[in-house]
Amino acid sequence: MESQHATEHAHPQLGFWRKYVFSTDHKIIGIQYLITAMAMAVVGGLLSMLMRLQLAWPSHQWPLLGKILPVAFAGNVMEPGFYVSLVTMHGTIMVFFLFTAVLTGGFGNFLIPLQIGARDMAFPFLNALSYWVFLLSCIVIISALFVAGGAPLGGWTAYAPLSALGEASGPGEGAGMTLWITALALFTASGLMGGLNYVTTILTMRTKGLSMMRLPLTQWSLLITAILGLLAFPVLLAAAILLLFDRTGGTSFFIPAGIFIANGVRANSGGHPLLWQHLFWFFGHPEVYIVILPAMGMASDILSTFCRKPIFSYKMMVFSMVAIAGLSFVVWGHHMFVSGMSPFLGSVFTMTTLVIAVPSAVKTFNWLGTVWGARIRFTSAALFAIGFISLFVSGGLSGIFLGTSAADIYLQDTYFVVAHFHLVMAIAPLFAAFAGLYYWFPKMFGRHMNETMGKIHFWLSFIGVYAVFFPMHILGITGHMRRIYDPMFYDFLKPDRAMNVFVSVSAFALASVQLVFLLNFFISIFAGKRAEGNNPWHATTLEWETPCPTGHGNFGDQLPVVHRWAFDYSVPGAANDFVPQTVPPSGEKI
Amino acid sequence: MADGNGPGRISVAGLAFAALMLVLILVSIWLFIARPWWFPELASVRGGDIDGVFSAVLIVTGIAFIGVQGTLGYFVARYGTRGTERAGYWHDNPKAEAGLLIGTAVIMTVLVFMGQRVWANIYFTDAPPGTLEVQVTGQQFAWKFHYAGPDGVFGRTDPKLISQDDSNPIGLDRRDPAAKDDVIAVEMHAVVNQPVKVRLRSKDVIHSFFLPRMRYKQDAVPGMAILIWYTPTQTGKFEIACAELCGNGHYRMRAFLFVEKTEQDLNNWLKQQLAEQAGN
Repeated sequence: MESQHATEHAHPQLGFWRKYVFSTDHKIIGIQYLITAMAMAVVGGLLSMLMRLQLAWPSHQWPLLGKILPVAFAGNVMEPGFYVSLVTMHGTIMVFFLFTAVLTGGFGNFLIPLQIGARDMAFPFLNALSYWVFLLSCIVIISALFVAGGAPLGGWTAYAPLSALGEASGPGEGAGMTLWITALALFTASGLMGGLNYVTTILTMRTKGLSMMRLPLTQWSLLITAILGLLAFPVLLAAAILLLFDRTGGTSFFIPAGIFIANGVRANSGGHPLLWQHLFWFFGHPEVYIVILPAMGMASDILSTFCRKPIFSYKMMVFSMVAIAGLSFVVWGHHMFVSGMSPFLGSVFTMTTLVIAVPSAVKTFNWLGTVWGARIRFTSAALFAIGFISLFVSGGLSGIFLGTSAADIYLQDTYFVVAHFHLVMAIAPLFAAFAGLYYWFPKMFGRHMNETMGKIHFWLSFIGVYAVFFPMHILGITGHMRRIYDPMFYDFLKPDRAMNVFVSVSAFALASVQLVFLLNFFISIFAGKRAEGNNPWHATTLEWETPCPTGHGNFGDQLPVVHRWAFDYSVPGAANDFVPQTVPPSGEKI
Repeated sequence: MADGNGPGRISVAGLAFAALMLVLILVSIWLFIARPWWFPELASVRGGDIDGVFSAVLIVTGIAFIGVQGTLGYFVARYGTRGTERAGYWHDNPKAEAGLLIGTAVIMTVLVFMGQRVWANIYFTDAPPGTLEVQVTGQQFAWKFHYAGPDGVFGRTDPKLISQDDSNPIGLDRRDPAAKDDVIAVEMHAVVNQPVKVRLRSKDVIHSFFLPRMRYKQDAVPGMAILIWYTPTQTGKFEIACAELCGNGHYRMRAFLFVEKTEQDLNNWLKQQLAEQAGN
């Protein structure tokens, strides 16, 4: 394996197409994932802007939108069905094609071999295949916006039988829904290829001296995430295939007898709608952690680097991630407290769910312990990592309300849920991803992103996300249902109008600020300040032993040898305030 | 002191972050104590228990929220640097960690038991005998309310008998003697301070029967008949919403619950409905 790589390393330069497009180099694949996911984020973000437009000004006339989207804005007013398809597509794109893709596909691919001292992934071709299947799934999901009937109406959870009955249950439930299922099946297949690769690579290809308990937390989080993916994705794939059979093959996995829809009784019998929910959430809850765990790992490492202080309680950080991952498979029923599932199960799932508060509290405590007595260097990456902690705590705490089944009776399917999951599994991971981009950008492109723009981006985004998502808790308390086209239809929601306008205006501002990031990112690739040396941030982990940007094969003729853990910052008596993992014991004083 | 455990340099970024944490805490306190927006006015017996659980969780999470965000803001303000000063080199405190672990576990256990008491009262207790029962059926995009009438027996229903128009929306078999006095309405009526049982069904996709002022929500699932019961404490007109996405008209799937003063008022309404049905 190694000699093969060494010869590859000596090969003449590959052509443009082999080097940057059809590459099997994990770094290029990682960057491909990142940029594809960023493009998907722009689409998903724009869809949410349209949603906020409708929620703040229901039934308002938008002549310009009427011209651009004559079907969706027939008579210059947004169609109710279009609104629900926006909800569906925004959720689907953000959960799968942005967060899952950017954190595991993007950072996972880029960082795993670099941080464990390997030359590439265990299966480079499978890795490339996983990206191309992912890209295909992106194309399929986007195409759902353009087919007859429009995008599906089922929400990102696609509850059956709404999703199983075809066009009878609404426009968009025909071709749009079929494309949605196809895209998810492809995405799942891609995720499985990636996960297999990550687990194998981290377990078998660590360089000499890099024991498991010396791994950076990013690597632990990616390993645990990959295992979660391998166990959870097949369940979604199976559920998607069963749903496809129900729609096209005449089966009744999710369709009970006696359904009357579109002026006729369906011939199906014997299925159960709750089966879909059980399968979906058996996947769906681990999926939440597939997104949040890599964010935790990256934020921890970046925080430690810029605090110039070892991560507090490394062992507990690892154990708590393992505990969270384990628990994630026994809590799915908390999405189903009022679904008609046996209320006895509700009691059980409340208990298992609140147990998650324990490892989460441990993590929060350890982040605070890391910042305590630190010497924080306020780079953009550091600020986003600190912001991550604040957002994770805010979103995590509101989860305790929802995990308490009695309170969830009222809060289920309201904006309280929307506030909770956006903060904890969308915005917090987004901040960790931004931290990661500012931090590893020099390693990817050999240049820095502009720090002034980065700081503007942080401060305005940090204020913006709280202005958008914190008030949604209050909307939820007033009873504001999620996924409704016009809240003003209800008398009890009339007082929410001002809050909805505030949230929408904040959301438009927040989205505009992201343009600063996009400009900074793409300009810096070509015109950013050149990174000085291998290790501009004075960090300890192995990727900083390689040049910026890292070449093919990652390391020189010799793979690095590891002698210590990843967090030797501010070691008393050491010559520098950081001791790289490759420095032998008591070599730090030289 | 540049190294070790003393305070670092106060920086603009650190202070700005701390200020934002302070604003976040103050705004949260204002939102949750002054309550410019809050729960809709309570109108059922058990709904108060749900609000009680919410308040208990709010106190616990509120303390944690202020504690953590405040500490984070303070640390970030206090431990900044612009130079190359060194931080303290310490990274473990098993005792504190164990204390936190046990403390969190104890608090969560208390919350679980508090919440489960309310949950059990709602789901594991039966309505008193003789409670009025209403069979509620969800459909795209309306609610239908089926009353057994004076005989107290619901007529047979069959999806095959559901009419294309709205004349027989739930497929009631009018040949069944028990169905003769049954009332099918587009609004729900109940009596104040008397429990009412709701048996929830759906004709097509999943809906969710949501009564914000009663704090009740239960999904209506095709193929299932789910029983809940509650006791309204106020007379008047109450909104019923659908809380589960059920298609493009989901948002307008609204109905009303009218809580009458006396049983006589309810019976009068039922009689009037029956007369109207016979007239059709």
